[in-house]
Amino acid sequence: MFNTKIKVALVALVAVVAIAIPVINAQQSSGCGQIKEGVLTIGTDDPAYGPWFDNNDPANGKGYEAAVAYAVAEELGYSKDKVEWVKVPFNKVIQPGCKTFDFDINQVSITDERKKAVDFSSGYYDVSQTVITVKGSKIAGAKSIADLKGAKLGAQVGTTSYATITDVIKPDQDPSVFDTNDVAKQALANGQIDGLVVDLPTAFYITAVDLEDGLIVGQFPAKAGGEQFGLVLSKDSELTKDVSAAVDALRANGTLAKIADQWLASTVGAPVLK
Amino acid sequence: MTYQPSALQLQREAAKRRASRRSIFIALSSTLAMGFLITILVTGAQGYEKVKESFFNWEYAQKALPSVFEGLLLNLRVLIIAEFFVLLIGLLIAIARTSTSPVLYPVRLVATIYTDLFRGLPLLLVLLLVGLGIPGLRISWIPNSAVVLGTVALVLTYSAYVAEVIRAGIEGVNPTQRQAARALGLNQAQTLEHVVLPQAFRNVTPPLLNDLVSLQKDSGLISVLGAVDAIRAAGIQTAQSFNFTPYLVAGALFVLLTIPLTRFTDWLTRRQDSKQRAQGQW
Repeated sequence: MFNTKIKVALVALVAVVAIAIPVINAQQSSGCGQIKEGVLTIGTDDPAYGPWFDNNDPANGKGYEAAVAYAVAEELGYSKDKVEWVKVPFNKVIQPGCKTFDFDINQVSITDERKKAVDFSSGYYDVSQTVITVKGSKIAGAKSIADLKGAKLGAQVGTTSYATITDVIKPDQDPSVFDTNDVAKQALANGQIDGLVVDLPTAFYITAVDLEDGLIVGQFPAKAGGEQFGLVLSKDSELTKDVSAAVDALRANGTLAKIADQWLASTVGAPVLK
Repeated sequence: MTYQPSALQLQREAAKRRASRRSIFIALSSTLAMGFLITILVTGAQGYEKVKESFFNWEYAQKALPSVFEGLLLNLRVLIIAEFFVLLIGLLIAIARTSTSPVLYPVRLVATIYTDLFRGLPLLLVLLLVGLGIPGLRISWIPNSAVVLGTVALVLTYSAYVAEVIRAGIEGVNPTQRQAARALGLNQAQTLEHVVLPQAFRNVTPPLLNDLVSLQKDSGLISVLGAVDAIRAAGIQTAQSFNFTPYLVAGALFVLLTIPLTRFTDWLTRRQDSKQRAQGQW
């Protein structure tokens, strides 16, 4: 088979690698720091939807989340040209280890279970889930959560909207789950689902802009403690404390409310489901 | 009189045993060394604890299993129904494509266009076109269920592949077989049924089963239309906890389903090989 020299060389190689690997690994630093020195790297999904972003271009600063992101950056001492956007699909936001962004802003709801896997900043938006449909649908006239029991409902995968269907409405039919709200909207327009559950600002945006004959059935009554969107950071990131403090400051000095007024102004007045 | 091996023969056998013991020893130690290296490479990595927590969390695995399993049942239902129609339609197209009569030229043309089109189109696009486009037409007698339409899309795509596999099988049957059958007085249809197709299917069973395994996994793609299959069920669980273990649970179930099928394919191939050799067909 092998001659002795090759055997000795192989054994030596195995030994060297076995010793070297832990040493190399140990040299990497622990904890997740800033991606790029002097630049704030912010992640969001592609496409980025209204009213959170405008025209799928987060760098234009238009839309609620784009504006919040730049406000947080400013609070942390980064001017507009020191902000860099990266496109991050949902599964990359929640992957283990250090992320490819300093923080991600993409309508991610804060839950205790998720906090075990990632860091969240303080909440920057109070969410209420909302059912939308199209004219002529059998739930178009629904007034209460009980009225939705018999409906075929849909939601986007990975959202708390889905949890709202299974935990709050508990419909008789299994809900449909979609990769994106785009497919969900088409299914709703086709009559393949009777209603779609989304957050309130998205509900206003979809029914006003995207859906022909779209209408809001109603929003769910606020839960105790309330659901909030938070910025996502790597677990145990060195930036979490500062980013959270920045969001708190923006809430306290009224900036968040002002941005909401500017970009989400039309979202009041959806009927509350009993 | 019993067989008495000579001293030389005994020596040979001993040498053989030594050589085989030696190669077993070498294989064993090289496997151990590889395993050892991989283990320290993975577990020694700085992020190992986090990855282990995210992908191999027993608690989340148990929590995810019921809904992932329920999703898998949908995969299986879709698989069985789709495979039936795939084989049927694939066979018809293959027969159409291998026909020779000039009268059937338009049929051949349509069959050729069909296989070219659906082998070329990405399955995802076919799924979206069929699953969202057809119900958009609002024709009342066409069902708008994601599962039904998704299955139709799978059948459209896979029957194109399977048709080509079966066609290869039909064309692989030696032309003399046809001629002999015709000479014996069988007509075209009888020749096809009793002589050509049995041999064709025997030749292409392994690639057909290969397509079946592939279909089994692609059946999950109907989740883009809103149906909750095993992978989607895992995705829902993952989104709640930001823990990827449910995907691993789904993966394990898929592998468990696939292993018997692939072993069966191997066994079938071996059996056919030995059978054909025995018949002296080589």
